[in-house]
Amino acid sequence: MAASAAVRSAVSLTQRFVRVSPDCSICPLYRLNACTGATDGFTAPSRRLRTSIGVCQSGDSSSPEEEERVVNVVYIDRCGPEDSCPRPGAGENALHLAHKHGVDLEGACEASLACSTCHVYVSSEHYEKLPEPEEREDDMLDMAPMLQENSRLGCQIVLTPELDGMELTLPKVTRNFYVDGHLPKPH
Amino acid sequence: MSYNKKHVSVTLPGVRGLSSSSGPRVCIVGGGPAGFYTAQQLLKARQDAAVDVYERLPVPFGLVRFGVAPDHPEVKNVINTFTQTAQHERCSFHGNVNVGKDVTIDELRQAYHAVVLSYGAEGNRSMGIPGEDLPGVFSAKDFVGWYNGLPSNKELRPDLSCETAVILGQGNVALDVARILLAPVEMLKETDITQNALKALAGSKVRRVLIVGRRGPLQIACTIKELREMVNLPNSRADMLPADFEGIAEALKDLPRPRKRLTELMMKAAKEGGDDKAEKCWGFRFFRSPVEVIAGADGKRATGIRLALNKLEGSGESARAEVTGQMEDVDCGLIISSIGYKSIPIDPAVPFDPRRAIVPNEMGRVQDTAGLYCSGWVKRGPTGVIATTMNDSFDTARVLIQDMEAGKLDLSVNKPGAQAITALLQTRGVRTVLFSQWEKINAEEEKRGKFLGKPREKLLDVDEMLKIWTDARFMSFENCSFKRKLCWILCFMHLFTKYRLYQ
Repeated sequence: MAASAAVRSAVSLTQRFVRVSPDCSICPLYRLNACTGATDGFTAPSRRLRTSIGVCQSGDSSSPEEEERVVNVVYIDRCGPEDSCPRPGAGENALHLAHKHGVDLEGACEASLACSTCHVYVSSEHYEKLPEPEEREDDMLDMAPMLQENSRLGCQIVLTPELDGMELTLPKVTRNFYVDGHLPKPH
Repeated sequence: MSYNKKHVSVTLPGVRGLSSSSGPRVCIVGGGPAGFYTAQQLLKARQDAAVDVYERLPVPFGLVRFGVAPDHPEVKNVINTFTQTAQHERCSFHGNVNVGKDVTIDELRQAYHAVVLSYGAEGNRSMGIPGEDLPGVFSAKDFVGWYNGLPSNKELRPDLSCETAVILGQGNVALDVARILLAPVEMLKETDITQNALKALAGSKVRRVLIVGRRGPLQIACTIKELREMVNLPNSRADMLPADFEGIAEALKDLPRPRKRLTELMMKAAKEGGDDKAEKCWGFRFFRSPVEVIAGADGKRATGIRLALNKLEGSGESARAEVTGQMEDVDCGLIISSIGYKSIPIDPAVPFDPRRAIVPNEMGRVQDTAGLYCSGWVKRGPTGVIATTMNDSFDTARVLIQDMEAGKLDLSVNKPGAQAITALLQTRGVRTVLFSQWEKINAEEEKRGKFLGKPREKLLDVDEMLKIWTDARFMSFENCSFKRKLCWILCFMHLFTKYRLYQ
């Protein structure tokens, strides 16, 4: 009873923008000691967290309203059977869901594995649950700046119940760094 | 075919008239990916911003239309995003406007709060060697423009009657050219490659393509997708020199993932070669720089190229090629130089760095020039794929918005925007092409393509493009398709019957 009440109140929060401060430990700039710290103060929608209609958050969504670097996180949760949240379509991919709910994940080639603009970082506990990327996806990922161990293309992440609670972080790519500091040379 | 060249002044529906708008007005010079991505971000970030995109050709999309290879149609899907941006109520597209000639940057700066230069790189780096201007030698930019229907390259007519082609440079453009030269015609004829290029390639005698680079396998600039396409080309095999790969296997384990996967694939191709019965072959040649184009006995065309052999000093991305003094001659009848595009200055009022061939800037703000910004290749140099340009354009848009909000741009002054510039262009006899008019050109290209079994047949002539949208306004019943004629006839019959009954 209490749980479903909590869930229902969480549902009413789904349309609000929430900012979450980032986890520095996953950021390659931090790991390279190249973190510049301050945000540029740009408050476009793409820099805010948004929960999707199909999301039911558990109670502990405390979100410190810090102005420091904001990371995009898309919550793609599946509703449990005891409430009335609409579900994302079975087999829908993360890019389409993001677009449906106005998250600024670019998909220049429209999910045809011809670009890397939908590059996301997958929360580690869910990354293992994803099927191995096919060769073509790996080829495209190789071109994405700030590639990490948990990088995937959003258009290739097909949503299944076991991915409940997955967090997808959009890379902040103001500079063209690779994880190891490699700077792409002109070509 | 002649048509009335008198300029027709007409206000078409859909032309935005924001004379009473008080929001920021931004002008973007260049209708390619950089221009459209910058526009997209500006429109998203400021609900009161109006953005006008000016493009020299009557048709938009820049290198997405003229640079991306015909057999990479998925890469061109981004056109749908750009179309949405162009159709946005606060955005307007003005094609056939040559900024720097038809209108100056200063005039644009007077009409807009901010001007963003996104005009890319239309020149190319030259090799700077004797014989470079001989027939048979082309820049990759021109060759790609030829098969992609860029109007200024339609008369290129490369001679494809030789057996060997040499491409200098080992980036993705070089691999695109190699692939188009060796791809089966059955595959190409279903793409949007131009008909004249298709015919020329169908009759091509080129069977062997060498892709030459100054440095070694670990410095190659192409990406794995393009290399994989070469390896998988039907009826062709890879032909490389084992000596070029000495020491590479040992270096593999320390490489970052993208470089490692690329090198592994290259080594596999070098080792396995391919089907010996294949009619075509391609291969990389490393540690070689061009020093002279060799002319035939009559001195009238290229018949070979002299290459200097290099050794590598240093390692990794910053390794340098040093001459050894040894030379090697390669017989070939087609030489394509793919060593880089190059931006050129657009207007004397805009600072330009001739050494780096970019507009000098700090994070997109043009040096010493308030209200002037840049994005894309003209800002960073001609490197990177669409995704790179996208991120870069978003950065410039961000910086521009910051400046607006910090008061660095005086938004309190009302600027006339497109109204003033369109009026100016009319007095100068320039026919601008609006986006809705491009859509008519687009429809015509798709119609012609359908007839040929292709997604589109590009118009090659600027005059023809301008004519299409004029003619479309006067489309007659005779030119309708059968279906449309039938609809009209049924419609008339229905009306006729209806009114007879009511008599």
